[in-house]
Amino acid sequence: MNKRSSLLQRFVAAPYVVWSVLFIVIPLIMVIYYSFTNGDGDFTLSNIYTLLEPEYITLFLRSIAYAFIATIICFILAFPLAYFIAQTSPRTQKTAMMLIMLPMWTNLVIRTFSLSNIIADEGVINTILAPIGLQINIIDSPYAVILGMVYNYLPFMALPIYTVISKLDKHVIEAAQDLGCNKRTVLSKVVLPLSKSGIVSGITMVFVPAISTFYISAKLGGTDGRLIGQEIESAFMSSADKNFGSSISLVLMILIMISIAIMNKFSDDDEKGGGMIL
Amino acid sequence: MNNLEHNALLRLQNISVKFDDDQILNDLSLNINEKEFVTLLGPSGCGKTTTLRILAGFVTPDSGDVLFEGKRINDIPPYERQINTIFQKYALFPHLNVYENVAFGLRVQKKSEEEIEKTVHEMLELVNLKGFDKRNINSLSGGQQQRVSIARALAVKPRVLLLDEPLGALDLKLRKDMQNELKGIQQRLGITFIYVTHDQEEALSMSDTVVVMNGGKIQQIGSPLDIYNEPENAFVADFIGESNIIDGVMLDDYKASFAGRVFDCLDKGFNKNEPVDVVIRPEDVDVVPVEKGMICGEVTSVTFKGVHFEIIVDINGFKWMIQTTDYEPVGAKIGLFIEPDAIHIMKKSEYSGMYGDYSSFSDELDKLSEITEAEDE
Repeated sequence: MNKRSSLLQRFVAAPYVVWSVLFIVIPLIMVIYYSFTNGDGDFTLSNIYTLLEPEYITLFLRSIAYAFIATIICFILAFPLAYFIAQTSPRTQKTAMMLIMLPMWTNLVIRTFSLSNIIADEGVINTILAPIGLQINIIDSPYAVILGMVYNYLPFMALPIYTVISKLDKHVIEAAQDLGCNKRTVLSKVVLPLSKSGIVSGITMVFVPAISTFYISAKLGGTDGRLIGQEIESAFMSSADKNFGSSISLVLMILIMISIAIMNKFSDDDEKGGGMIL
Repeated sequence: MNNLEHNALLRLQNISVKFDDDQILNDLSLNINEKEFVTLLGPSGCGKTTTLRILAGFVTPDSGDVLFEGKRINDIPPYERQINTIFQKYALFPHLNVYENVAFGLRVQKKSEEEIEKTVHEMLELVNLKGFDKRNINSLSGGQQQRVSIARALAVKPRVLLLDEPLGALDLKLRKDMQNELKGIQQRLGITFIYVTHDQEEALSMSDTVVVMNGGKIQQIGSPLDIYNEPENAFVADFIGESNIIDGVMLDDYKASFAGRVFDCLDKGFNKNEPVDVVIRPEDVDVVPVEKGMICGEVTSVTFKGVHFEIIVDINGFKWMIQTTDYEPVGAKIGLFIEPDAIHIMKKSEYSGMYGDYSSFSDELDKLSEITEAEDE
């Protein structure tokens, strides 16, 4: 009986194992291999050394900073939004969540391209504002990149937070009110800590794609807003230097892994302290 | 009645509540005294939980006033009321340990760390959870979780404690223990308890005052003894314990006619020949040989209940439930003897004829309906 079920399990898992090996493990090994070799296939650390030059350090720091800022803005916008939606009737909740998901039905490239047209110097917003003498020139600036990140990734923050908040036991919230919490303290003492799992996954789902994006910064950032993702793209595409591209990717992956580890440490600590239901 | 108006701590005046088109509470008025243990008793959907939620501040009545020490508190939010609630499903904070759950209200009040520690330990001792401080809420049993929620509510020193079927999720044995403990806590701390339950035994054994509710209205308010011995209408008589409720006529003071003959009784003050409902408790009837019986009939079913037998007797087509310690086999002809003090006369009400006949009685159905009721709540 045991043997049969484990055979069945193996059979069911097989496609996933093949998939993982083909598209995750092998590419990962290739990235590591290329990172430490030159064009002739000889071992070298020069790719990694190049990354220590100020130019690339700046790009890494900028990517981290922009992704960090965009993640925080997404959280500040998404948390109240999710909390508010969770209070409404089930019907309204469904509609509201659909409206949040709706932009996702369009490809990121198209959405970002549209956004660049909207905020361009001669774009939709400025055309509307022109008669009253106002102009907003943010295209090709860091502001535009962060705006693009927030615009594209907000649903990834709102969705997991909403899911957790909508499942909160309403009696727990009533118990907090009963024990003297007003609306604000209910939020800070009960709702916020209890939605931590949603917040952590929201942060991960925004931060990771934001730190490695290249299209958003290429389309909206100009030269000042250049990010590390663009460097990877150009290493592979324009200079066809797959060794250097791989080494940037590898370092970025390590940076992301470190950020996720830090984030998980936060949520793990809670588990020990009070037991979060995930 | 011990609900004297002038010293009532809490007063509900002409409260009505509608949810959508359902009339949940209909012109309900109730006074609750300081240090009183009041139980709101009724079947599911009778409005007892809504009444509790109005007192807690979670529901605002459509009309009527809620007074606390004579002051109207309709618009005072829950967090500003000196009234705390024990929720049926405990509603503990899953992200906090036992100590922090109990300390929650005190932290909101910004009490000093020393005072919090002193109070929390006092409360944990009160509910027999000494040493559980660091325990995770989810590692506790249902009974322990309920103790934490009691400690948490009592830590903020409420004037009134509302308990919404607090023992509903516990097994029978634990429930009995907790009943005694709750009663003990109430007496020791001198706090007003308002307790909601659909379990009549719980209501009778714990309360100073029982409020029987049905259909959004109060059916009767009284001491457990009053409620049991002097039910006001057929609903109360049927809901509290077992009752044979027979159609009868009050011929004169102390003379009632039912089941085909005239009985002496202790009730008076009815009109001559007024139709009434007659309540006779199954344990108040004596089983005697046929020739000595005031009325007689045939046994149609016998169930052994441990202390007594529960037998159903067919008397001229009306089935009575009798509890007796003597075994009578099915088919036996027996006589029944009813003392005047076993007879309770009630005025006719909207519930007349709906309850108190055991012709369709079955133990199994009774149990089933209890289970579904518990699930409904």
